[in-house]
Formats: sequence, structure tokens, C-alpha cells
Amino acid sequence: MFVLVEMVDTVRIPPWSFHRQLNEAIAEELNKKLANKVVYNVGLCVCLYDVTKLEDSFIFPGDGASHTKVHFRYVVFHPFLDEILVGKIKGCSAEGVHVSLGLFDDIIIPPESLQQPAKFDEAEQLWVWEYETDEGAHDLFMDRGEDIRFRVVDEVFIDTSPTGPSTEKEAPSAATAPPAGAEDSAPQKEAPYTLIVRILDIAIMSI
Amino acid sequence: MKINHGFTKVTVDQLRDANAAMLSNYEVYQLLTDLKEKRKEMVKNKHSTGQQNLNTIMYETLKYLSKTPCAHQNPDTVKKFLTSMLPHKLTKAEKLQLLNHRPQTAVEIQLMVEESEERLTEEQIDELIQKVTDVLPGDPQKEADASADPEMETDQ
Repeated sequence: MFVLVEMVDTVRIPPWSFHRQLNEAIAEELNKKLANKVVYNVGLCVCLYDVTKLEDSFIFPGDGASHTKVHFRYVVFHPFLDEILVGKIKGCSAEGVHVSLGLFDDIIIPPESLQQPAKFDEAEQLWVWEYETDEGAHDLFMDRGEDIRFRVVDEVFIDTSPTGPSTEKEAPSAATAPPAGAEDSAPQKEAPYTLIVRILDIAIMSI
Repeated sequence: MKINHGFTKVTVDQLRDANAAMLSNYEVYQLLTDLKEKRKEMVKNKHSTGQQNLNTIMYETLKYLSKTPCAHQNPDTVKKFLTSMLPHKLTKAEKLQLLNHRPQTAVEIQLMVEESEERLTEEQIDELIQKVTDVLPGDPQKEADASADPEMETDQ
């Protein structure tokens, strides 16, 4: 689930933190910057593991803060392909079943990766697996809060950097589309890191 | 259903190695537990608002991991486990999954070991389950409940 990632970054220490131990100040700044954030093509950063090298600190004209190039290792949430994980069903939508690990939410089981035959119950807003046993047909609902075991099939990293103003009018999507003509100030809320997974079994029933 | 995507993206100057090492759940659990203790001691430096993200991810990760087998592991059990796995010629990723999940059934072993039908005989699978059960501590609460009510055990 977790990997160690070696990174290099320049850490800015403001003057009011000069009295602090450099190591501590740097650790705090790195965690402030990276913890709970996604690095493109790397994963969700959890916390600093260690600092491997501190280069010289510089002060630049016009800025009283010191800048230090730091080589460090960070603990990152990044399951490998085919890894098996256990999470909780958060909810269902037409796109599939949404699963959460608490620390990471953007996990989706697309409908084709559910047990077949599966259908979406519009009334309950839940996916259902219709399975047959000797006693007859049963419906297994993907209930919210159920523990679910799954295998990682794919990962999607989206570069969510701000882009320039769009040149063409995009078709409004879902209920949150602003009225035509209004300024589009809300950024597109897409997850920077999503896991596509395949169901293995749920707490009640093994496949 | 609108899902709230809370995660934001950051960049660093340089990515030296996106996969320098794999970490077991136990190592991360230990690291976060130690960090939590250290931060409690630093009460004088009132946690600035900038630390909220670290608090959140630490809390959620510890909460998640505390309900997995790693919460009952220690450096000795991990070392003992890895040694016991030597004769089975498993990949690092496979051993990691066995360590993180402590599988109790043949089905789980087959899910975690690639091409297990070709690489492991039935006896070897049973041997793996036995080693995993013996060397890695289980959840003391769950095992107390299970022994009190044998019908609760899932039969495979």
C-alpha cells in the first residue's frame, strides 16, 4: 500500500522560524507542503520518512527567508497493480461502486468489474448482484458501510494544474453547472489520483 | 451522487525515485505512532493551521491500519515471518501482502500469490497458512470472540 519516494525540493524557512532547529523547521515545512496531497504519477503523500541530505541554505535579495535544497524520503500511499486491499463501500452511482479507505477516497469499481450479473437499483441508488443458488435467486446489495475486498486493476493520475480560461463553451455537466453566461470561477473538481479496482468479495459473501 | 474530491496536487523540484522501497503496513503504522507521540510532546509549538493536512492524513491512516494485522506486529514477528518465508520463493510483493493481510484461507493465499496453482501444492498452501497464523499475531479480541462462539468462524 505504501512506498518510499525519494524527492528533492527547496524548502523556504521564514525569518521568524530561524530560532528553530533547522531539521525540525524543514520537516515541518515539508509536511505542511506535501502531507495529504497528491504528487502526479507518484501517489498520495502521507508523511516525511527522513531527510537524507541538506544542501547549503541561501538568502536571496528581497526575501528575508532562507532557501535550502533538501533531499528527503517521503511515505506515499501508492498501491501496486494487482494489490489486494480492504475498504468500505461509500456509495454507488451509475459509474460504479465507490469505495473508501478513510485515508483515501477515490476508489471505484466500474460496473463491469462487479460480480455479474449486476444491475443498478435506481430506487435505492445501490448496485445489486443477482446471484442464483440452489435455493433460488438472491439479491446482494452493495450496502454503504460494508467491508469490501478488491484488487487494484488500474490507476489514473490527472494533472489538475490550473489551465487558462477555456476558449469554447463546454456543455454543462451534472447539477453543479453554472448558468450560461455566468463567470466560471469554480475549478473542475476531478480527483488527481483514482484507483480502478475489481471486486473480490464482501464481508457477507465470498466469490 | 457527488463525491467530494478533496485531494489537491503539489509538485516538488525533483523526483529522484518514485519507488525507492516498498513499506509494510507495520513500518508505516510504527512511523506514524512515533510521530504522533513526538508531536504531542511539542505542545509548546501550537500546531499551526498549516499542519491540519498532516493531522488529517495521520489520523485517517492510523485509524485504518489499527484495524489490520499490522497493529499487532512488532519488529521480531516481522523478521521471524520473513525468515519463515524464505523456502517458499515468494516475490517481495507477495510476502508483503501476506504480512499485511495475514490470510487465513487457501482462497486468500491463491489471490495473493501469482500463478499459485503452478507454484504451490495444496500442502504448501496449508503450510503457508499455518506459518502465517503461527508467526503473525492475530487480533486478540477477534480470537477471543471466535473461541467463545465456534459457529462464527467462516468455513471454507
